[in-house]
Amino acid sequence: MSANMNVFLFFVSCVLTNNFIFSRFLGCCPFLGVSNKVETSFSMGMAVTFVMTIASLCCYMIYNWLLIPLGLKFMNTIAFILVIAALVQFVEMFLKKNSPTLYSALGIYLPLITTNCAVLGVTTLNVNNGYNMLYAVLNGAFSALGFTLAIVLMAGVRERLESSKIPECMKGFPITLVSAGLMAVAFMGFSGLV
Amino acid sequence: MSENKSMGQVFFNGIIPENPTFRLVLGTCPTLAVTTSAINGVGMGAAATFVLVCSNLVISLLRNFIPNKVRIPAFIVIICTFVTMVQMLMQAYLPSLYESLGIFIPLIVVNCIILARAEAFASKNTPILSAADGLGMGLGFTLALTLMGSIRELIGSGSVFGLNVLGAGYQPMLLIVLASGGFLTYGLLLGLFNLAVRKLEEKRARKEAEEA
Amino acid sequence: MSLRLSTAPHVHNPVTTQRLMICVIIALLPCTAVGIYAFGLPALILVAVSCVSAVVFELLWQVIAHQEVRIKDCSALVTGLILGLNLPAAAPWWVAVIGSGFAILIVKQLFGGLGDNFLNPAMAARAVLLASWPVHMTHYVAPTFFAGTLGFDAVSTATLLVTKSAALQDLFLGNIPGTIGEVSKIAILAGFLFLLVTKTVSWRIPVVMVGSVALFSWAFGGDPLMAVLSGGVLFGAVFMATDYVTSPMTPWGQVIYAFMIGLIVTLIRQFGSYPEGVTYGILLMNICTPLIDRFLPRHIYGHVKTEGKKEAKQA
Repeated sequence: MSANMNVFLFFVSCVLTNNFIFSRFLGCCPFLGVSNKVETSFSMGMAVTFVMTIASLCCYMIYNWLLIPLGLKFMNTIAFILVIAALVQFVEMFLKKNSPTLYSALGIYLPLITTNCAVLGVTTLNVNNGYNMLYAVLNGAFSALGFTLAIVLMAGVRERLESSKIPECMKGFPITLVSAGLMAVAFMGFSGLV
Repeated sequence: MSENKSMGQVFFNGIIPENPTFRLVLGTCPTLAVTTSAINGVGMGAAATFVLVCSNLVISLLRNFIPNKVRIPAFIVIICTFVTMVQMLMQAYLPSLYESLGIFIPLIVVNCIILARAEAFASKNTPILSAADGLGMGLGFTLALTLMGSIRELIGSGSVFGLNVLGAGYQPMLLIVLASGGFLTYGLLLGLFNLAVRKLEEKRARKEAEEA
Repeated sequence: MSLRLSTAPHVHNPVTTQRLMICVIIALLPCTAVGIYAFGLPALILVAVSCVSAVVFELLWQVIAHQEVRIKDCSALVTGLILGLNLPAAAPWWVAVIGSGFAILIVKQLFGGLGDNFLNPAMAARAVLLASWPVHMTHYVAPTFFAGTLGFDAVSTATLLVTKSAALQDLFLGNIPGTIGEVSKIAILAGFLFLLVTKTVSWRIPVVMVGSVALFSWAFGGDPLMAVLSGGVLFGAVFMATDYVTSPMTPWGQVIYAFMIGLIVTLIRQFGSYPEGVTYGILLMNICTPLIDRFLPRHIYGHVKTEGKKEAKQA
């Protein structure tokens, strides 16, 4: 992935080819835990998209304008996680005050996002891949959309599985993991698109 | 819950009864991502164990000094310090392992197992017990990752720990070391584990019924 | 993989299932016959191994899990047959066994068996085999028509999707390299006709899917006729996309589903790293099917439903 890739191709790459769940394994905990219902999954996806986009921007600025000049590159993990935790807290307070509808839709998911490894993952990937500011933000937004796509599709499948005669020992996590595996097989069809 | 528990009990609790990978299903991302070979599983497990023991110990020592309101950020900072240490140590002494584990080393910070043990155990128990809990949980995690890594390496490349086991005629099932293979292997192992636990419980119930 | 009874609004009924499955098997016979005629004994062995192992795996599961043994409904046989027809003739026999095992045990039975699988088992198994043993699964040989007797002294060739040239009559008769079942378009069309006459499938999914492939390959600057007749588009459209269990229930849902398969197939063919996209197109839309069913109003049942709601409100 060169840093100057066409924006559309970059979108396809983040959403389909290098999907966060199905090829990078980032954000698996909420993907497995919060994918029971389509509506809640969509809200979770939107909350993650919101936070990941802003976190990409903030962490980019902190890393390039603060950590590098100060020679504290090795502190990136600790700086990023603090930024994310503060950001989530801030977003929560902001929404509570200014947009109660959005808050009631996303509210309960926001605290969970701090420990969603997709957020810390995307900010670390931005640094590792050397993206510029635009691509760092796009990477955050597009990857989160890929996460949303995956979790909503998974929720659709799981709602359908509710009425299935799944063997007792496979109910819950095991069958969800197997479904995810089969979905990842299907997503392999997109390999090489970019 | 702490006073009457022996260190042994606390230690073994994490290995089988509350195995983080197969019983609690925590820390799924590294479990799925790094277990493409047995050695990666061991490496990830060891790194997480180190962080778990150290952070549990320190958090337990400081448990009476950390204000309740800021305890989660404080835990994260402590955990993050040890993760950065592991990251630097691995980069210096085990560069190839560091390369293959990649982004999942810094992501130990958000591994739910570590924060969950800090919150549920270390913040309420004595330092020694907390360290034992961390060691047990870490070993349980390491064993599970090594098991999964070995299985996936065996099927997906015909070897275990890099040693060719199945001979040159074996045609490896590449899928198992790909992304989807991780989900499938974990799901099937979890199903088998549940089945085994249920069979054992049924057996125990039957025995108790007979004795009664 | 193919025609199965869906949950609502269909009712599980072994007799009906068996009748449907037998119709599908009859419809598949022309392709099977031409495929075996074209590729010779290895193709026959491969298809037979695939069918037998599918039925054996189904039987084993039902015995071990203490379930009612229902191999007489022929659904496992259909899965095995379709999987066998989806393999290149030169594939080793154990590939067929592993494929059948995966299709029956993991894709179907782990999810609760017939009617509960969310993916077409034969398609999922084919995708798994393709990812696991890409060399075996893409090693196509030119048809020998029993000329080379046993085995293949024939030259291995790329599929038409790669060479992009073949005479139309060869495409229709099956004188092209490809998987066992997909080569002869006339045989597939004969099967489709039989399925239509017996009302086993509706025309909607196959026709829309083929139309969509033609449209998009034309839009991307390809030859639409060639795009439809090469590769597995026809076979997939008739026998795999139409699976009751894994395709949407409403007419408009089916149109969207089939249209999107066509788009994905063309995208993968044009830009992807795999030469053929039919398998992935169908699988990806199988995954979307629950969402399509959920968000699309049911035209046929819709009226009854709203009236029922109104009555309930009035009451």
